[in-house]
Amino acid sequence: MNAGTPMNTFSWLVKREFWEYRGAFLWTPAIISLVFLSIMLIVLVSAEFLARQNGIEINGIHLDQLRRQLGSDEIEKMNSAMDVGMLTLGIPIVIGLFFVVFSYCIGALYNDRRDRSALFWKSLPISDTGTVLSKVVAAALLAPVLATLALVALQLAFLIMMSLYSLLHGINPFPLLWSPTHLVSLWAKLLIAIPVNALWALPTIGWLLLCSSFARSKPFLWAVLVPVLAGALVSYLGVMHFVAASNSWFWRNIVGRVLLSIIPGGWMDTTTMSHGFVRADVEGPAAIIGSLSFDAIAQAVTSPNFLIGIVAGAAMIAGAIYFRRQRTESYA
Amino acid sequence: MSAANPGMNHADVKNAAPIVSARGLSKRYGATVALDNVNLQIAPGRIVGLIGPNGAGKTTALRAILGLTEFDGELSVLGLDPRSHRTELMQQVCFIADVAVLPRWLRVGEAVDFVAGVHPRFSREKCEAFLARTKIKHTQRVRELSKGMIVQLHLALVMAIDARLLVLDEPTLGLDILYRKEFYESLLNDYFDHEKTILVTTHQIEEVERILTDLVFIKDGRIVLDASMDAVGERYAEVMVAPDKADAARALKPLSERQIFGKSVFLFDGIDQARLAALGELHKPSIADLFVATMKGTYA
Repeated sequence: MNAGTPMNTFSWLVKREFWEYRGAFLWTPAIISLVFLSIMLIVLVSAEFLARQNGIEINGIHLDQLRRQLGSDEIEKMNSAMDVGMLTLGIPIVIGLFFVVFSYCIGALYNDRRDRSALFWKSLPISDTGTVLSKVVAAALLAPVLATLALVALQLAFLIMMSLYSLLHGINPFPLLWSPTHLVSLWAKLLIAIPVNALWALPTIGWLLLCSSFARSKPFLWAVLVPVLAGALVSYLGVMHFVAASNSWFWRNIVGRVLLSIIPGGWMDTTTMSHGFVRADVEGPAAIIGSLSFDAIAQAVTSPNFLIGIVAGAAMIAGAIYFRRQRTESYA
Repeated sequence: MSAANPGMNHADVKNAAPIVSARGLSKRYGATVALDNVNLQIAPGRIVGLIGPNGAGKTTALRAILGLTEFDGELSVLGLDPRSHRTELMQQVCFIADVAVLPRWLRVGEAVDFVAGVHPRFSREKCEAFLARTKIKHTQRVRELSKGMIVQLHLALVMAIDARLLVLDEPTLGLDILYRKEFYESLLNDYFDHEKTILVTTHQIEEVERILTDLVFIKDGRIVLDASMDAVGERYAEVMVAPDKADAARALKPLSERQIFGKSVFLFDGIDQARLAALGELHKPSIADLFVATMKGTYA
């Protein structure tokens, strides 16, 4: 028994966050995945039903033959398209994750003051620093890791479902759907994206926790209104023109970073991203996947936007710790 | 007094290093003075009742001792400054704020696991033994428990911690008498010993009266009485006086006077008991009567 050592206490604190928010962290992505799979199943079954009813026969196209006839360039494009498809599966999970982490951070240092259970936690030998950092870890790592696991499970289930459907029609799914190197490299990228996303998210996590720790009531209003009003004021007064920047610069780099950085992949180079999405059919989906390359990641994490964000996030987390010490109940 | 046995005589207590030592402790909230230059020493092995009307500063004093609030003046708890050493202090100090503070989403089993995980002085065996005497199940969430069961759970967690100071702030608020009685009995029989100190605030004075060793009255942020229960018994006396001797009694400047069955009951402070015995039947005053007499005019 090494109860009370700092590392041991910290792991119990993270475990506590998981207990309290099991529903949000674990069940939200799991249920989103299940809903998605159910819809897929309904679509496939009804498509099958309609096809049979109307006498349409889907013939066995030999994908492996198709593959043999394609040039290596085209195969690369098809694999990239598969990657994009697999990532697209994650969109509902990512949206869910955004709302889960946002509301988690708003409530993390406020709810227990409002219902006074903060008095119980403070009656134990737990430092305020440890408490706040455990909430940072829960928001930046625990929730995204669980969402990523849900995504991988969803991707596997999706592939299995599509494969069964293909087999039903005499199509061999393995050459195209199950390209092992591609799946592994996709998952490796998802894994690497977790810490990068976490660091990118620090300004938002820090700001929301600061509001959660500071507000005597309505932390949500504080968190949203302050940056939005600041943005409106800056735009209205035209302040940014004095420093040779545009209003959209302020909205994107201050307001957006403080409220929306918990969206995974926000650090990706937005110029290639928008090109990728708009012209995916022209230039190929490789543009999006390209943003997930190791070079692109290395470039992103060394950009001033990324690094300054980490410092600002850390400063706001320190502020959250300060107010956590000062405030035990929401009204005091 | 019979129930509490501090296990030390008075001289030992005075010589031992104090558990809590406050000098010139003050705290204001804006224009309101919550604590006004409070001096207080609490010796080990005592059960101290901090009694005062609403808004007298009890909770503020406890919050200061627990390192939950800033204050002016000097305060040392177990030799530590509670503001800068709160985490360290909480290894040796426990507190129960009141019934409502256990998180409602927490499961009983999780609560036990968590405290066992973070508290080096927690004994899981003891806690389980206390819980086994209740109807509480490990899979239940706090929100599924009755108020009385929540207090039983909180008490089981706290009593399993080998702490030197236990702070109780209205621990039995809103409980029925069965739970209240059980609460204090468990505390005395299964927890308290001469190495532990308990500081309790409550409005249910009658229930703690028997277990206290020391009494502190607080009014408007000031300590108005700080004495051991023995000293209180020597200093204060209540006399039931027949009408013909009532004027003689009034001449001795009683703290209070009330009427029972056509006789007057006077409460005296520091009058020779032999003299009082001549006036009528002598009683030890209840803490409640003493409290009412001391706090006269608080809300006026």
